Amino acid sequence: MTMGPVTSKSDEQVPSVEEATSTPPGVPAKAIEGRSLGQIAWTRLKRDKVALTGASVIVFLVLVAIFAPVINKFLGHPINEFHQDKINPSLGGIPEPGTWGGISKDFLLGVQPVTGRDMFSQIIYGARVSLLVALSATVVAVILGVVLGITAGYFGGFVDSAVSRLMDLILAFPYLLFSIALISVVPVTTAWRIGVVVGVISFFSWPYIGRIVRGQTLSLREREFVEAARSVGAGPTRILFRELLPNLVAPILVYSTLVIPTNIVFEASLSFLGVGVLPPTPSWGRLLSDAVNYYTYDPVYMFVPGLAIFIMVLAFNLFGDGLRDALDPKANR
Amino acid sequence: MSTSTQSQPAAAPQRGGEYLLEVQGVEKHFPILRGAFFKRKVGAVRAVDGIDLAVKAGETLGLVGESGCGKSTTGRLMTRLLEPTGGKVILEGRDISHLGVSQMRPLRREIQMIFQDPYSSLNPRHTVGSIIGAPLQVQNIKTAHGQKREVQRLLELVGLNPEHYNRYPHEFSGGQRQRIGIARALALQPKLIIADEPVSALDVSIQAQVVNLLDDLQREFNLTYVFIAHDLSVVKHISDRVAVMYLGKVVEVGPRDGLYAEPLHPYTYALLSAVPVPDPDRRDKAQRERVLLTGDVPSPIDPPSGCRFRTRCWKAQDICAQEEPLLRELQPGQTVACHFPITTEERSGKGAQAARAAAAEIPVAASTDPFAEPIA
Ligand SMILES: Nc1ncnc2c1ncn2[C@@H]1O[C@H](COP(=O)(O)OP(=O)(O)OP(=O)(O)O)[C@@H](O)[C@H]1O
Ligand code: SF4
Ligand SMILES: [Mg+2]
Repeated sequence: MTMGPVTSKSDEQVPSVEEATSTPPGVPAKAIEGRSLGQIAWTRLKRDKVALTGASVIVFLVLVAIFAPVINKFLGHPINEFHQDKINPSLGGIPEPGTWGGISKDFLLGVQPVTGRDMFSQIIYGARVSLLVALSATVVAVILGVVLGITAGYFGGFVDSAVSRLMDLILAFPYLLFSIALISVVPVTTAWRIGVVVGVISFFSWPYIGRIVRGQTLSLREREFVEAARSVGAGPTRILFRELLPNLVAPILVYSTLVIPTNIVFEASLSFLGVGVLPPTPSWGRLLSDAVNYYTYDPVYMFVPGLAIFIMVLAFNLFGDGLRDALDPKANR
Repeated sequence: MSTSTQSQPAAAPQRGGEYLLEVQGVEKHFPILRGAFFKRKVGAVRAVDGIDLAVKAGETLGLVGESGCGKSTTGRLMTRLLEPTGGKVILEGRDISHLGVSQMRPLRREIQMIFQDPYSSLNPRHTVGSIIGAPLQVQNIKTAHGQKREVQRLLELVGLNPEHYNRYPHEFSGGQRQRIGIARALALQPKLIIADEPVSALDVSIQAQVVNLLDDLQREFNLTYVFIAHDLSVVKHISDRVAVMYLGKVVEVGPRDGLYAEPLHPYTYALLSAVPVPDPDRRDKAQRERVLLTGDVPSPIDPPSGCRFRTRCWKAQDICAQEEPLLRELQPGQTVACHFPITTEERSGKGAQAARAAAAEIPVAASTDPFAEPIA
């Protein structure tokens, strides 16, 4: 309609930015984008058997963790009961050889070396610690990541450079070494220790969320509804948290689910290295670390907490992947 | 830098009060930055490069130009969504060029904007109710019957069903979405509305409905419009005056009738000859008389010296490369920035033919025969 060689180089969207957005404007995917988050996620998740399995395992483990004391009343022995009769002091404190770590009808997962405590109760109470630490670290990381990522993405310029370099720095950091050094110097009391562990884990995991949020914000801020908000007088706080944040819920949900298993492993690693939660609080990482001295005599000690960590991490990863497929705008389906 | 903005008695006379909104020598240069750590400025996109315009209360000013000439940027400068890098924006006699967010907030009740893309201008996660209610909330306006009733009144005003208060934007068609955008702009009862290509993303069949709605609203509420479009046919019916932009500059401003009947700038002339003619009897002749511009629009990063249109102008002389033409009032109210404005002879059949021939001779890369193409 216009004349001559009209170029379209200046459409409202800058191409490099548009690559990162959900759907290019004007394509049919629009209809899907507009549907409520729950609807999209649910129709897609329903068909994803693997993700559903992951979700069931997570629900199961969470219930186990919450009801650990109740379960313990019916199954296994109280966590602080020492069954010296189940171990053989002349063998260095392990149960009789050939009993698979002392597994029996009474002790479903065997007994702990030296102390003779019930391994089953150690594991179910350990699930509490693992989940509590990993989930609270994830919550802190998501809050940090969202606030810093959205701010960097929206304001750009110096703020963006500063936050982005900080994230690069943290992601390139030898985090285990740093954690060991830091945790070793803070006062040792049980409550303190859990707090510090949560703090350290969230400090090293927020950049994963921050990067995603920043990237998505970069593309969202080019949309005209942001200008529309500014044109009626909205300030930056309202734009960030009322206009942009609702559009970021999907990626935030997906990447939080994927950060949880990483944080579970992080907690286990810290406990394994002796800088995680303090004994006698049970933790899967600490059980693994205890097993190091005995696994040549009886590999079951290593196997039981190892399997527990493996199942929990796998379940979160499978569910997270499924959720990403269902929700992530980039999975153009 | 350009020094073009001295002689505009016609475009922006200093008769304060008569004008609702004025821009004086307004400039927006977007810096081009390089470097990962420390951004260095390596150049600038001169999107808007010294523009004078004045909008009278109650009128509609059409703002026309090719894609990328800086129309949206001008609109955003007028609404102060962008801060000018030079010049002034004056709203009701008050210089608002560099006001901050909170200083601008009360003034935003006076001036609102309708956006180009009805798909990206509505937040997909908000309901229609909260989209149209947002201005009231941000401005903390208490309405007599509460926000919901007010929003429903606005929905009715723009021809939408007030029952659809709780629906999401994706449940509406493009035309309906644009009506939602119009309702949002009306919520604050502004005096001036900048409409940035409000219909160019819509089906041709719906364009007229939306333009008519804007027309009706203007009469009902005594609104002032700046209506942006990329061709002259869209603004013909709604505008009282028309300004033509080329590469960050205003090249011609005039009353609608004068400018359409007797364009003075070669660019306006070429744009007008591209307007499709509906009458089949006249269409043949019109097509023969079309002046088609060849060559690309130069980059706003490094615009041509002197007159920016000279690389595509068939009348260009040496002086056009050396001296920037300033806006001069040649007809009452009609100003033009050109050393050799179109003359009356040139508008006659013979002259138009000569213009066509001359325009075709301008060297082009990748040239196809431009005259072989029928008008779409
Ligand atoms: N934020 C920005 N940063 C850098 N360059 C910009 C920016 N916004 C616009 N530009 C450039 O400024 C020029 C004018 O853009 P503008 O959007 O005002 O054009 P337009 O006349 O509205 O075009 P269209 O008809 O395509 O909407 C273009 O070359 C564009 O690339
Ligand atoms: S000033 Fe010269 S180049 Fe520019 S439009 Fe007029 S005649 Fe053409
Ligand atoms: Mg535009």
